[in-house]
Amino acid sequence: METVMSVTELGTTSVMPRSRVIGAYLEEARSECLRYMRAPSFMLPIMLFPAMFYLLFGVLMAKSNGPDAARYLLASYGVFGVMSPGLFGFGVSLALERDGGLLTFKRALPMPPGAYLLGKMLMAMAAATVVILLLLAMATLLGHVTLSLSQVGALLITGALGVLPFCALGMFVGTLIKGQGAPGMLQLIYLPMSFMSGLWFPLPMLPKFLQQIAPLWPSYHLDQLALAAVGMRQGTLLPHVLTLFGITAAFLLLAARRLRRHG
Amino acid sequence: MPHSPDSHTRDPIARLGGAVKRYGPLTALDGADLCLQRGELLALLGPNGAGKTTAIGLLLGLIRADAGAVELFGQDPQRIEARRRIGVMLQNAELPATLRVGELLRLTASYYPAPRTLAETAELAGIADLLKRPYAKLSGGQQRRVQFALALCGRPELLFLDEPTVGMDIEARQKLWAAIRQLLAEGCAVLLTTHYLEEAEALADRVCVMAHGRMIHEGTVDELRARVAMKRIRCLSALPVDTVRSWPEVGQVHRDGERLHIGTAEAEVVVRRLLDADRHLCELEVHRAGLAEAFTELTRDADEASDTDQREAA
Repeated sequence: METVMSVTELGTTSVMPRSRVIGAYLEEARSECLRYMRAPSFMLPIMLFPAMFYLLFGVLMAKSNGPDAARYLLASYGVFGVMSPGLFGFGVSLALERDGGLLTFKRALPMPPGAYLLGKMLMAMAAATVVILLLLAMATLLGHVTLSLSQVGALLITGALGVLPFCALGMFVGTLIKGQGAPGMLQLIYLPMSFMSGLWFPLPMLPKFLQQIAPLWPSYHLDQLALAAVGMRQGTLLPHVLTLFGITAAFLLLAARRLRRHG
Repeated sequence: MPHSPDSHTRDPIARLGGAVKRYGPLTALDGADLCLQRGELLALLGPNGAGKTTAIGLLLGLIRADAGAVELFGQDPQRIEARRRIGVMLQNAELPATLRVGELLRLTASYYPAPRTLAETAELAGIADLLKRPYAKLSGGQQRRVQFALALCGRPELLFLDEPTVGMDIEARQKLWAAIRQLLAEGCAVLLTTHYLEEAEALADRVCVMAHGRMIHEGTVDELRARVAMKRIRCLSALPVDTVRSWPEVGQVHRDGERLHIGTAEAEVVVRRLLDADRHLCELEVHRAGLAEAFTELTRDADEASDTDQREAA
């Protein structure tokens, strides 16, 4: 008790008003968004790949299959597009910043706990929203998909929140692999998982075995939610929501444990 | 621990007490003691691998000690309240490349309860002309100055500077020294690690020399110099090296062209002999040993002691 007393008497400067603490969280999120929105090497692949795929398969080639194909693939490629800011924005940047010493520097500074991760999370959510908006514009303008306002809202929310399980997965991989090794590893997760969840081609077109193991992948569950959002799927959604929650929590815990132990 | 109210000023603001840190079979810190008082500049010196980085890492709360005490303002450094009173400049931190200098300052200042204004920080660190530039577009020396600005922007009571002037030219280095002196005058304490002994000589109140994970010497710069009684004599003389070497007071001697370099503990005696022996001797200079010699001698002694320990252990 004596020590604490003397410290408070030494200086009251370490007392931080709540408004300034909240301000620090906001600054962190703002900086994180700014720095990635300004980095074309990060934003371009995230935007271009889903947009290109959707243009090719969802708009140009789907014309013969009727408007439902464009609607179905809006959900699937939306999920495909949402996965990458989570996996790469979170995982790769964490791996690079652990390697480059930025994370160490931030840990030495009096940054409020979690501000760093929260900032990255908000950045990934913002990037995911941008991707969904881009695909929505293409679907309605080029693919002649008609969506109600509530469907648009549901898909945006699915995208913005649906990025979180992939943030957690990316973060876990980012704590396992330092630096430049992380992007390659994440590609090895991203691309096969997208394919096996039926994001590129609808699941019924894939081999029976892949259809059976699809519920193993978080992207499969998010796709079910996105399909429901655009009105392509009926039935209960709760199991999918709960599964995604579980996956997010599990990877977050694993990652937090590794970060605490290894920095 | 009972103490009277007026003893606060003498409480250390940062302290290692017998701190031990092991990485597997390697002992990085082997019972290190360190005490930093309010408003002083302590230079932490030592060869690579001596444990300086580990000592700093403990005080910043980046790693935990396996044994011993680690305190920052009387608290565990992992508590954010303690770290709100420090500023940090690390050796290698790659800051976000696409953020502008002003944005980096704004972000870092937001972590502190009562930071300096942007203008005040920029003025102190001499980066007022860089505020609008993206960090990645700066030269190495400019980036170091920005990192220094980030360290002082929170109005810290204690500044950790880890090799702050690496990669700076002489002018930039002297500007940074001037800024450090200004902070010291404001009552800020500094823990400085450096490879440049003249930096420690120029700035430090006290010097702490580390080797093999322990503090092998602590004292003022003058005390450290005094540990080494050796003085250096230089002169232009035709005297043969062997003759000079045969004098009992002479430690080492070597010739560099016409110039003789002599190391001795009794400069006065040797100078008298030199002047007697060579009437044509000129350009006579006598120097006290610099910090560099003192440092080399200290760490060599520590190496020898450590070798003996190991042999005895084996």
